[in-house]
Amino acid sequence: MNKVVKDAHEACKDIQDGMTIMLGGFGLCGIPENSIAELVEKEVTGLTCISNNAGVDDFGLGLLLKKHQIKKMVSSYVGENDEFERQMLSGELEVDLIPQGSLAERCRAGGAGIPAFFTPAGYGTEVAEGKEVREFNGKPHILETALTADFAIVKAWKGDTEGNLIYKATARNFNPLMAMAGKITIAEVEELVPAGELDPNEIHTPGIFVQRIFQGKDYEKRIEKKTIRKD
Amino acid sequence: MLTKEQIAQRIAQELQDGWYVNLGIGIPTLVANYIPEGIEVEFQSENGILGMGPFPTEDEVDADLINAGKQTITALPGASFFDSATSFAMIRGQHVQLTVLGAMEVAENGDIANWKIPGKMVKGMGGAMDLVASADNIIVAMMHTNKRGESKLLKKCTLPLTGVNCVKKIVTNLAVLEVLPEGGFKLIERAPGVSVEEIQKATEGKLIIEGEIPEMKF
Repeated sequence: MNKVVKDAHEACKDIQDGMTIMLGGFGLCGIPENSIAELVEKEVTGLTCISNNAGVDDFGLGLLLKKHQIKKMVSSYVGENDEFERQMLSGELEVDLIPQGSLAERCRAGGAGIPAFFTPAGYGTEVAEGKEVREFNGKPHILETALTADFAIVKAWKGDTEGNLIYKATARNFNPLMAMAGKITIAEVEELVPAGELDPNEIHTPGIFVQRIFQGKDYEKRIEKKTIRKD
Repeated sequence: MLTKEQIAQRIAQELQDGWYVNLGIGIPTLVANYIPEGIEVEFQSENGILGMGPFPTEDEVDADLINAGKQTITALPGASFFDSATSFAMIRGQHVQLTVLGAMEVAENGDIANWKIPGKMVKGMGGAMDLVASADNIIVAMMHTNKRGESKLLKKCTLPLTGVNCVKKIVTNLAVLEVLPEGGFKLIERAPGVSVEEIQKATEGKLIIEGEIPEMKF
């Protein structure tokens, strides 16, 4: 079982126009930088991207937006990106905004073989429009369906040749959930080691969810709001 | 009239020992600066940390360690990290005792609007809909009126809703108010130097005033 590929170019070789792609990350934290750069380079278009955020104007998914490669975004929060807001308000970009917890659970459900679930989030709001409502324990809930994707692209701190992954701090976020929900999951890692070097007790994503893995390079890890304590 | 810091300070008086607390962006974030003496609480940030510490020093900055407002933070001893589904399991499963968040509008039945201005501002709801739909205890931190001087405490919200019948308490620059289960804003405390009449004037929704209304104490 050889999951190791050389780089983002090889990992993304069969990503095609019109595909649905999940991308891990929260803001710019824990995003698959190498693969995003490759998608820009590759000029695939008509993509549906499922990602909590849409990057900023000149980094992350903002790079794909700028080149009009995204047809539809499925996200929970898209502030901090003027080009996104412009494309959305002008109707160039289709946008599906989903409560963050529902987005996370929909990805988890997609990977876990659960077709749908009820949640109280969004009841009585425009998010609930057209969705089945049912009461449990006296409280109304709405039916949310699972999400899957042609490709899930995640970023981890360490990985091994079996595809096992360990994330660092809050860079974990949506990555383990999306890793489960891709028909093909690509993991880019900061450090790729031979199988056996990672402690099995500390694996966050078991390798069964990962089909391709490579060691990324030149991580910029841009910080959106560097905030410093004064003392 | 209270400053933003004083609103946060007044909300901090509501904290109880042993609580897990989720603070939203803006004024709510400031609540962490005013934890009363003798009280220990742990802060949850929905991007995946429990035990959030203060902002880092220049040397401690780590791009992989941020809060839900995308600000760099630190992790306190005993902190834990987790994925987004686990994070919202904590929230939906009511393991978090208090949620403090901002609002553009609150209605007298506890409805809240804080995520969208149609045709103008669409940033998304982030985790706000999950938080307000599940939390038992929600405090809204906000200015009593908007920039045009119009009340943000309304009979009915005019903006798209974030959640229905969920807000329990509101702390503004003018007052502390409770949202009654049968509807209406019950005036609990006044900001120092602010009269009941001024609060009445700034409140479009039904304001309930019973007896003498005390001033807030700091």
